[in-house]
Amino acid sequence: MSVRTLPLLFLNLGGEMLYILDQRLRAQNIPGDKARKDEWTEVDRKRVLNDIIMTMFNRKFMEELFKPQELYSKKALRTIYDRLAHASIMRLNQASMDKLYDLMTMAFKYQVLLCPRPKDVLLVTFNHLDAIKGFIQDSPTILHQVDETFRQLTEVYGAISAGEFQLIRQTLLLFFQDLHIRVSIFLKDRVQNSNGRFVLPVSGPVPWGTEVPGLIRIRKPSDHPCLETVPRCHTLYFRMFNSKGEEVKKIEFKHGGNYVTAHKEGSFELYGDRVLKLGTNMYSVSRPVETHMSGASKNLASRTQESIAPNPLAKEELNFLARLMGGMEIKKPSGPEPGFRLNLFTTDEEEEHAALSRPEELSYEVINIQATQDQQQNEELARIMGELQITEQPRQSTTKGDDLLAMMDEL
Amino acid sequence: MVAADSEGPKDPGIRMFRRERSIPLQGSAAALCNNLSVLQLPARNLTLFGVVHGPSAQVLSAAPDGVPLAQRQLHVKEGAGVSAPHITQVHWCVLPFRVLLVLTSHRGIQMYESDGSIMVYWHALDSGDAPSGTWSGRVLVFDIPAKGPNIVLSEELAGHQTPITDIATEPAQGQDGVADMVTADDSGSLCVWRSGPEFTLLTRIPGFGVPCSSVQLWQGIVAAGYGNGQVHLYEATTGTLNIQINAHARAICALNLAPEVGKLLSAAEDTFVHIWKLSRSPQNGCIEVEHCHSECVSDTQVCGAQFCDPSGSSFAVTGYDLTEILRFGSV
Repeated sequence: MSVRTLPLLFLNLGGEMLYILDQRLRAQNIPGDKARKDEWTEVDRKRVLNDIIMTMFNRKFMEELFKPQELYSKKALRTIYDRLAHASIMRLNQASMDKLYDLMTMAFKYQVLLCPRPKDVLLVTFNHLDAIKGFIQDSPTILHQVDETFRQLTEVYGAISAGEFQLIRQTLLLFFQDLHIRVSIFLKDRVQNSNGRFVLPVSGPVPWGTEVPGLIRIRKPSDHPCLETVPRCHTLYFRMFNSKGEEVKKIEFKHGGNYVTAHKEGSFELYGDRVLKLGTNMYSVSRPVETHMSGASKNLASRTQESIAPNPLAKEELNFLARLMGGMEIKKPSGPEPGFRLNLFTTDEEEEHAALSRPEELSYEVINIQATQDQQQNEELARIMGELQITEQPRQSTTKGDDLLAMMDEL
Repeated sequence: MVAADSEGPKDPGIRMFRRERSIPLQGSAAALCNNLSVLQLPARNLTLFGVVHGPSAQVLSAAPDGVPLAQRQLHVKEGAGVSAPHITQVHWCVLPFRVLLVLTSHRGIQMYESDGSIMVYWHALDSGDAPSGTWSGRVLVFDIPAKGPNIVLSEELAGHQTPITDIATEPAQGQDGVADMVTADDSGSLCVWRSGPEFTLLTRIPGFGVPCSSVQLWQGIVAAGYGNGQVHLYEATTGTLNIQINAHARAICALNLAPEVGKLLSAAEDTFVHIWKLSRSPQNGCIEVEHCHSECVSDTQVCGAQFCDPSGSSFAVTGYDLTEILRFGSV
């Protein structure tokens, strides 16, 4: 499958994560002067988003991300978002983190599926980046980092063919295969059915570069006289002669959909009208987002495939994580301030209940680091993984030597 | 789901097909092109189906009424590599003396006896290829004996610069033991070949920047399905484009032929399956096409579709994330 998929997957999922966190933080917003010590304020919200975005777009991290590589498992990717979500003063319990990841993945799955052209996934990515720039308007340094990523995306994806984009699309869909978590905002908007499947409309504009279905063009060289066949009553045709004297006949047929021509192509420039709405922020304070766990995925066979992955696979994933997260610079919290806990559910009781009632087949297990053979490597990776524990204070990761070998030398 | 034919009051077409019993799958179908292979065995009153799930593919047999009988899961041969390899296609090759089941992946080509019970041959693709270079555009030709595992790579055809997406063949007209072959690639280019002691390139049909995902060959007519939803019909001998159909609103994922009657099936990510009738004008031999039927598979990104009998009176469909094979039969 495509080795150019990871940056798109990561950036779009990250974008959705920021939309959701922003919405939740706004929903729990308390005016600064009235807030108690443990309540969220506007200042806190901006700080959390700043910290996460700064970590996401860290240059070294982006460098690792953009290297051509196969997609790793959902487990590995989830681990990165765990760390990212904890890049600031915010803390999330397991249940809230699970819900966050469910929403992120279902949202991007929807966007990929509904993309008119495979190449439009790039426009979706740009929509996310445009919105991210909106979150950090006041921070020129981070803005510059995001623009730099824009440039990198254009450089890498501007040159690839339609065929490669099709492969990227297939790789993304493979990653999202069999995920059918029902999201209330999707159900309400009727973009998702009650069985968890997305609605695929058969109307609206066709993709840019595609013609509206329903026409058959017949070309005949002018020295080949053709007798018209007897028309069926639902067929209409007319003749046209082009400049070469080639006779061209047109026949219409009933397609079944209700499509119209696309009126404009989305812009792939740094600034521009993307035209496509997929990837823009669909959340707002007044629309709380719930997920329904029941009846999500009845097919367990495909899920058990991932958990019996052989050890060598887990080792490669750990190397990947170490490389990627080694590039993440987590800020050390100054002073004795405790982590602020964010709840993605309406009440603490709901969150607790969600944790207890989550179906077995939907649990995101943390990667088992005992899988590695190398004791030294194991200790180093255990240290990094240990930083994911919610109860511990996050420590500042080393800035010198980001690759695994350099880290091992320091032990 | 009832086809869109029923929506138009002026459409005189009677419903041609209806949904029949679905066949359950162990794993959902992956979003690959040409992701359904069908082997018709009328003598044994059986139909075999092959679908790729991802790291595994499922091969199953069913009775004429769709009742599943036996099934088997196949995987990619183990080897060195970073991530679990995915199967890219499962396909039955019907040869004069035997039928082989072929499984392809980035690792290589695996050939089995037709029921998938025994692997008879394994051809590894160069692991030295850089990730982007694995799909080199080479067409590999194997000599297959009537029996046994003595399969030999006999030729490598160079005609494409981008990955091959599909291959179609038919016996060459009026020539015994000779076949014509069409190969298609990611850039939309097509090559028409003739077999012999060696394969010869007859015609090259240039692409237009859009992948050609599926290709069929019937009575010297090349039918090609593209990523922009169009079906093109070319004269195989000259490579001339004769007919251009705006068939679908999304990328075409599969084409299939019912050779006895010249019916062509096209399926795409726009949830539609269309059936066409190909013919040649008796007066001048010009290629002609007629639209016969459209079927909307609601909310399903179709990834594979095949006729289940040579007269095209029944067909089967697979869709991304769908854990069943949908079947349609004539009324």
